[in-house]
Amino acid sequence: MTEMMLKAEDLHARYGAVEVLRGLDFEVPDGNVVVILGANGAGKTTTLRALCNMCTTTGTVTMEGDDISRAKTADIVRRGVAHVPQGRGTFPELSVMDNLKIGAYTRKDNEVNADVDRWFEIFPRLEERRGQLAGSLSGGEQQMLAVARALMCRPRLLLLDEPSLGLAPLIIEDLFERFAQLNKETGLTMLLVEQNANLALDMADYGYVIESGEIALHGPAEQLKNDPAVQEAYLGA
Amino acid sequence: MNWNFEILPDFIFNGLRDGAVYAAAALALVLIFKATTLINFATGELAMLGAFFVYVLNIEQGLWLWLSIAIAMLISAGIGAAVERALVRPFDPADHLPVVLITLGLFLIINAVAGDIWNYQVRRVNDPFGQFPSWVPNGSELKTSSEGTIACLTNSEGQLAEVAPGTSGAEMCEMVGRTFFEVIGARLHYRTIGTWIALALALIALAIILGKTKAGLAFRAVSSNTESARLVGVNTGRTLGFGWALASVFGTLSAALVAPALGGVNPNMMLTILIYALAGAALGGLDSLGGAVIGGLAVGLVKSVLVSWFGVVVLGQAYFSILQLAMAFLLILIVLLFRPAGLFGTRRIERV
Repeated sequence: MTEMMLKAEDLHARYGAVEVLRGLDFEVPDGNVVVILGANGAGKTTTLRALCNMCTTTGTVTMEGDDISRAKTADIVRRGVAHVPQGRGTFPELSVMDNLKIGAYTRKDNEVNADVDRWFEIFPRLEERRGQLAGSLSGGEQQMLAVARALMCRPRLLLLDEPSLGLAPLIIEDLFERFAQLNKETGLTMLLVEQNANLALDMADYGYVIESGEIALHGPAEQLKNDPAVQEAYLGA
Repeated sequence: MNWNFEILPDFIFNGLRDGAVYAAAALALVLIFKATTLINFATGELAMLGAFFVYVLNIEQGLWLWLSIAIAMLISAGIGAAVERALVRPFDPADHLPVVLITLGLFLIINAVAGDIWNYQVRRVNDPFGQFPSWVPNGSELKTSSEGTIACLTNSEGQLAEVAPGTSGAEMCEMVGRTFFEVIGARLHYRTIGTWIALALALIALAIILGKTKAGLAFRAVSSNTESARLVGVNTGRTLGFGWALASVFGTLSAALVAPALGGVNPNMMLTILIYALAGAALGGLDSLGGAVIGGLAVGLVKSVLVSWFGVVVLGQAYFSILQLAMAFLLILIVLLFRPAGLFGTRRIERV
């Protein structure tokens, strides 16, 4: 059995009186890419937020066997969880360089600059714009910056919330290629929330489909791709 | 119309000196607004408290003035952080009304407590820029008697010299030594230059703290995007406390700089200054630090040149001097009407 990077059991989440997640069970094995599919409002974003304790939750979340359901967001980040929120989540008034530096906020080693150079190599567009304010970048560049910023904390688990949203198809393909490459080369575990089911399932090992805050369907990515219900709802077949 | 251009430079210098004080107070407002989008109405009273700490340490305890100011800034920083921790953080940051009401309440409480401890009389303080060189007087008071206004001048040894009515300013200065340079026929007071230098040094320090330190980077990150700041592991609460501490330091700086010009400290000393600082902050854009400085200086200049020089001297209408505060509100109104984000503020565009 593969070791579990992350495991959620009976995860509930609410905003005020509205219950958004109604008991999710899922797991993310070490080194895998897991995708969560679902329509608008199904609770995908909330799932990622709940994992980082950014909303009121009940249930258990364990990371490598340790219970993190009551941990503070900052401590979860320190454990190696990087979250790229929906809508990029860059710091528009900060320069590209400062965005990357703040990504390394939890680190105390002195290899931060080396890491910046490394991500500049992979995302050369960012290096060209290192002194520019993040708010002045294009959507695709901002998404690259958001990902590079998340990677600056040297995560072992990357949470990606609809990275394809609002991007041109060519840029999306390029972005997903980089995700796949990252996963292959560094073994980085990823939990991906997407509406673009085709691309996501191509890259993923395993998938969950959530509807109204509950898991409607789950299985290996290949199997989901061929599932008639999934095809009809998410693959436009 | 009496276009007295000869005295205009005096008004410009004074305006920019007052403006430097407003700029420091406006920075205190903007530092908190940037991080929390809140107007802290207690800014002025926290600053007043800082000026009283300087008074207690310097006058009552006899500490060196600059050391007193430094200690007062540190205490104020602690109080600012404590206020954030105890009275602001427990509330939902998305709901502004309770916190704004709390800062209003704090304003009243601090004012009343200071009034109870020190009463509402003006207490003389030392002028940080009146004491160098040794022959420069360290302040003067004006007393009104039946014969008219008599100026009692104190020199650095503390000796009082009574000046008969009708003595010209130049003669008085001869008696105690000069407190100004003459620049293009106007008086550029040491205090004015000192105020500018103090503001400039504080701005350099702020630029270094925000630009070069990790805490400064975290503060800018929280100001820019609080949620993402949490997601990279920033302790947003502690960072906001840091912002309140910085703001309190700037408030205390403004109060310490203005106290000698007001004749001393008293619990109501910052009331009008807070209004001018608000006008300056609104003019510059409530979330722009550079805008706060330029806005504060501009308000000082408008007040001195437009109201005092043009209104009172040129038009010869004494009631203009009463309109100074109204002018500040008018300025806020005009800015908010035509440029809601101020001259240098960020116009927020939400991309979905």
